[in-house]
Amino acid sequence: MEHIPLQYFLILSTLMFFIGVAGFIIRRNLITILMSVELMLNSVNINFVAINRYLYPDQMQGHFFSLFIVAIAAAEASVAIALIINIYRRFDTIEVTEVKEMKY
Amino acid sequence: MSTFNYTILIPALPLAMFLLIGLTGHKFKALVSGIAGTASLGFITILSYITAINYFWGTGMVNDVYQTIIPFNFEWLNFTETLQVKMGVLLDPISVMMLVVITTVSFAVHLYSIGYMKGEVGFSRFFAFLSLFSFSMLGLVLATNIFQMYIFWELVGVSSFLLIGYYYEKPSAVAASKKAFIVTRFADFGFLVGILILSYFTGTFDFGILTNPLTSPVASFVGTSFMGISVISWAMILIFMGGAGKSAMLPFHIWLPDAMEGPTPVSALIHAATMVVAGVYLVARMFVVYHLWAPDVQEVIAWVGGITSLFAAVIAITQYDIKRVLAFSTLSQIGYMMLALGVSGYGEHAGVGYMASMFHLFTHAMFKALLFLGAGSVIHSVHSNYMYDMGGLRKYLPITHITFLIACLTIAGVPFLSGFYSKDEILVAAFEHNKILFGIEYLVAGLTAFYMFRLYFNIFWGEDKVYHHTPHESPLVMTIPLMVLAFGSIFSGYLPFSHLVTSDKMAFTTHLDYAIAIPSILIGFLGIGVAWIMYKKKTDIPDRISAALGGFYTTVYNKFYFDEIYLFVTRKILFNIVSQSVAWFDRHIVDGSMNGIANVVITSSKKIKSLQSGQLQQYAAVFVAGALGLLLYVIYLLG
Repeated sequence: MEHIPLQYFLILSTLMFFIGVAGFIIRRNLITILMSVELMLNSVNINFVAINRYLYPDQMQGHFFSLFIVAIAAAEASVAIALIINIYRRFDTIEVTEVKEMKY
Repeated sequence: MSTFNYTILIPALPLAMFLLIGLTGHKFKALVSGIAGTASLGFITILSYITAINYFWGTGMVNDVYQTIIPFNFEWLNFTETLQVKMGVLLDPISVMMLVVITTVSFAVHLYSIGYMKGEVGFSRFFAFLSLFSFSMLGLVLATNIFQMYIFWELVGVSSFLLIGYYYEKPSAVAASKKAFIVTRFADFGFLVGILILSYFTGTFDFGILTNPLTSPVASFVGTSFMGISVISWAMILIFMGGAGKSAMLPFHIWLPDAMEGPTPVSALIHAATMVVAGVYLVARMFVVYHLWAPDVQEVIAWVGGITSLFAAVIAITQYDIKRVLAFSTLSQIGYMMLALGVSGYGEHAGVGYMASMFHLFTHAMFKALLFLGAGSVIHSVHSNYMYDMGGLRKYLPITHITFLIACLTIAGVPFLSGFYSKDEILVAAFEHNKILFGIEYLVAGLTAFYMFRLYFNIFWGEDKVYHHTPHESPLVMTIPLMVLAFGSIFSGYLPFSHLVTSDKMAFTTHLDYAIAIPSILIGFLGIGVAWIMYKKKTDIPDRISAALGGFYTTVYNKFYFDEIYLFVTRKILFNIVSQSVAWFDRHIVDGSMNGIANVVITSSKKIKSLQSGQLQQYAAVFVAGALGLLLYVIYLLG
């Protein structure tokens, strides 16, 4: 474990984060967008855990934070999927560009 | 001193009646509001008589001088330490006298209106407005300061407007009410400016302080001049402008004949007996200031009064609408009163003009209200305003005929009737002051007798005309006021006015000056005689005279084209030049700048509207770009 430098983790998480951002901005499918959000959250988790391990090995805050984030991500996913199902029932599609009834 | 506390009821009760009838009148039968209004007015009439008796023959006089009593004065608006507007009740000889005049005539008119207005649409509205008018007029005469007077001054203007426009479905009535309001409002503008100038210099509105001949602050500003004329004269001439507007003196007289569009009782009350003499009352109220510190303005008042009286008398001869004849006669008589004030001195016998003016105001209110109500009775039975639709009515309307004759004799100055005494005093005052004005008044006295008897003979003598139905005498509710006022016309001349209402509030004695009285009687009889010859039986003399006079007759018949001149000035000059350029400025510059601002907002918002796409992903992209930008900024530029 010791021979994997911290930078590797950070590079990984940065890549994941920006893949998430790009997916969030570019994709039109709601499910994919939700997955992109999950990607961003998880990249942050990686950061928390790695930095906690490397900088403050005696403390646990980073671990706990990542656990929190996992729990909240689960809750958020369930709400989001419920929304998506309702949107699907209402509009017969889950393309974000089609859902514009409330515009203006 | 404080026994006059009840006088607050005199203006308060009509106000209460106005609110009551105005707000709830439609819920009752129409007659109820009429009776309620009349009853309350009857009550305050009694109160006014009690006040007058208490004042003149009771506690009013202390050490041979009538006191100014202010039983009630509360602070209404408090601007600063020195500038306050108060509302109150002021009793002195002229206001107590006016109380009697107003309540008597108003009561007679209320009673008369129950009969005259019977069955009219808006019967209770009419009585509500009558109450409003009575309240305003009483508030005006009881004012303790010039600002309170101004407020009530406008209120009587409003009630006059409402009552002239009573038949608001008739375009001519609407036009007349607007005309009356605008003309008097225009004059009132002068009044307001005058008040402001006067109070700017003296620092007070209070009549008691302003008109004190010894300590008035006005005296110290006589030397201050503006454009060569003393500021006090400026203020007083502007205040007189307001009075001239209300009293329909020469340049502002045009509204009064048209005001006859209102119901006849209204003409009797407002446009003959009470409101139109408000201008005279105003001058009398400020008389000390006029006489002592603005004698030039007093001279103007005398001439305006004299010229108006001649001018109106000449027009009255040519008119056929009986109410208009009476309206011009009113103008003429008010001219007399103004003239008397204009030529009056101050104190003792020198103040005979002041006394005569108030005396004539009193008697004129009686006989002119009687004339109008009589004319109303005639109109009521004939359904026409024009004397060529009338004739031989003495058989059908005996009571109206007798009372009308009494009023005509009174105004013509026949001895032993009230008009003779008051007119004689005015002539005495004019004789002592200015021989030209005195001559004018002699002429007017003759003209007055002539046109009144032209009216009288045309209505009640001559042959019968074709009537829609046989004319019938008016009901008792209308004839009783006529009789009451006829009584007043005969006997009010015997009131010892020189002991009651004088310029310095001290009694003096007058006696008939036969050198002046006898010629004036003769002139009066001459006028009556000429009218007798020309109009008692139908003759062709009037037609021949008018044909002989030709252009002059047409000019007079058209009232010297005053209305046309005003129309020319307003339409052609004011509207075309001033109003149009102002309208252009408003439309293009004011509106334009506002529209410009609105247009800029609209176009720019159209341009940036697409930013608010509602697409979350766009927002996120912008957000991310921003965050990255900030990051780069922090790293490379700050770091």
